[in-house]
Amino acid sequence: MAILIDKNTKVITQGITGKTGQFHTRMCRDYANGRACFVAGVNPKKAGEDFEGIPIYATVREAKEATGATVSVIYVPPPFAASAIDEAVDAGVDLVVCITEGIPVRDMIRTRDRMRGKKTKLLGPNCPGVITPDELKIGIMPGHIHRKGRIGVVSRSGTLTYEAVGQLTELGLGQSSAVGIGGDPVNGLKHLDVLRMFNDDPGTDAVIMIGEIGGNDEETAAEWAKAHMKKPVVGFIAGVTAPPGKRMGHAGAIVSGGKGTAQEKLAVMEACGIKVTRNPAEMGKLLKSVLKA
Amino acid sequence: MKIHEYQGKEIFRRYGLAVPRGIPAFSVDDAVRAAKALPGPVYVVKAQIHAGGRGKGGGVKLARSIDEVRSLAGQILGMQLKTHQTGPHGQKVRRLLVEEGADIAKELYVGMVVDRVTQRVVLMASSEGGMDIEEVAAHTPEKIHKVFVDPKVGLTDAQADETARKIGIPDASVPQGRTMLQGLYRVFDETDASLAEINPLILTKDGRVVALDAKLNFDSNALFRHPDIVEMRDLDEEDPAEIEASKFDLSYISLDGDIGCLVNGAGLAMATMDTIKLYGGEPANFLDVGGGATAEKVTEAFKIMLRNPKLKAILVNIFGGIMKCDTIAEGVVAASKAVSLKVPLVVRMKGTNEELGRKILAESGLPIISASNMAEAAEKAVAAAKGR
Repeated sequence: MAILIDKNTKVITQGITGKTGQFHTRMCRDYANGRACFVAGVNPKKAGEDFEGIPIYATVREAKEATGATVSVIYVPPPFAASAIDEAVDAGVDLVVCITEGIPVRDMIRTRDRMRGKKTKLLGPNCPGVITPDELKIGIMPGHIHRKGRIGVVSRSGTLTYEAVGQLTELGLGQSSAVGIGGDPVNGLKHLDVLRMFNDDPGTDAVIMIGEIGGNDEETAAEWAKAHMKKPVVGFIAGVTAPPGKRMGHAGAIVSGGKGTAQEKLAVMEACGIKVTRNPAEMGKLLKSVLKA
Repeated sequence: MKIHEYQGKEIFRRYGLAVPRGIPAFSVDDAVRAAKALPGPVYVVKAQIHAGGRGKGGGVKLARSIDEVRSLAGQILGMQLKTHQTGPHGQKVRRLLVEEGADIAKELYVGMVVDRVTQRVVLMASSEGGMDIEEVAAHTPEKIHKVFVDPKVGLTDAQADETARKIGIPDASVPQGRTMLQGLYRVFDETDASLAEINPLILTKDGRVVALDAKLNFDSNALFRHPDIVEMRDLDEEDPAEIEASKFDLSYISLDGDIGCLVNGAGLAMATMDTIKLYGGEPANFLDVGGGATAEKVTEAFKIMLRNPKLKAILVNIFGGIMKCDTIAEGVVAASKAVSLKVPLVVRMKGTNEELGRKILAESGLPIISASNMAEAAEKAVAAAKGR
């Protein structure tokens, strides 16, 4: 079992003909069951052509109708990425994974507003994507560091997710799914949403939740976990050393008005029964320590 | 991206928001000419730096004659203005705004930011203007009124009027308050602002609603559609190291410590800084090289870090996912040679072709200290910085 995606998921790629889209589509297709899962690409100017055997359609709707795909992944450049999400939402896919980094916040406010009341879930933008090891990888994470197993990973950051996954794999702990929710201030699925899915997934035994400074998603997720989570959760928050008012790479990673500090987040998580470490080299070890023998 | 108050007020004027008459000045003579073009007899000479708290720091002064404008402009131009936002060294004043004096009856506050929880623009307004709004928020949160704006319709008449009344704008002036608040939302929305703040917004004795200050920050991801705003950028107000880094697509922030960090990915970069601190060291910078740590990028990153005279060691932490560790190792070796690196260099690489990467570092003949995980890397970098 897993969350969001598995070996039977059918995927449309928006931006399949761009340099990034081509590169990562190849990597994803070569991972596990990818060859059977990546069924369509979208480019209005290249409809009827194909990308290395993957048929290209003019619109997401056409691609969905022709292939039965339920997920769309987006590599479209930032000025057009929000419209690409809108198109996928209007076509009625279940999940949109938006990898694109650098989408204007105003565009995302409008896109998220359009999504109210719709069934489509959004992962990202500015995220590494989601992987269910040995089944399917949708996104830019390195597939080979993963191993199939029963630990869920959710994080706002890309390479820090890989770090956690790498540590788990080294300790012999595989992952059910690893989900990067992205580093932007206005995004789709939050820590809480992903925790809830892991809680409901019989294939997941425990979860690593990785956060960073800015906003209060981690606090909200921790409060929810205290009341509802049936499985152990361990956590790490990046940015203890980040000075206020400075944006740490991610648009959403900023301490402003004294809010969103790492200390504050760690304190709330601990108060909610989540074991935390201040040493990112020990995320895997900490998770292992909470598993029942 | 940040701009100056006088530039913010130019944008406000374009959107029909009431601001005092004023003219920017880059020299004492400019300031005198500006004052002569204003009606007088009261003038305000305002230092233009990007940091807030200018008044308290002595950067905003009232003048009652042209001669006084001349002498105040002379004092303020070129001063190192220290405020709670500039850091201990302050910021050199290179520009002034000379404005007509205002007849203040009441000082109010309005601000706009993006609220992450509701994913909407939030208008924050308070009757307590002119002071540090974070203080107001901390001690009397009930005095801050929040309104969330539906992006489909904008700030409605009803929302604007209610907010105006709540912050103490009298009925006769509510239409002006509405114009101000709705105009501010249009500015925020149409310029892709990330912060818009008027502190203070004033009510004059004759009932006018006027923006006495203007603070605008912009979403850097949206600047591609605002070339006019990009032109307002003042590089004198920014950290030269951060400007240099941005030319090479490196995300760099100067910090106070002595251990330089070069990492791929923002989250891992922050985590690396945290680990250094955990082992008793202090990071000299945040640096995310992004997806491709090529020899050219690593070389530029080294050069930028080495400009910092305090730098005592460098820690490179790369999770080579799709990028291979041998490629990264070659980049690090080439960069070290290119800059004839003198400070100790600790490298931790993880991922594809890790062993091959380490071999390249070991056989380079350079005194590179290798580490197998983040904790070990941080420990070794801290020890190296302390000369052990």
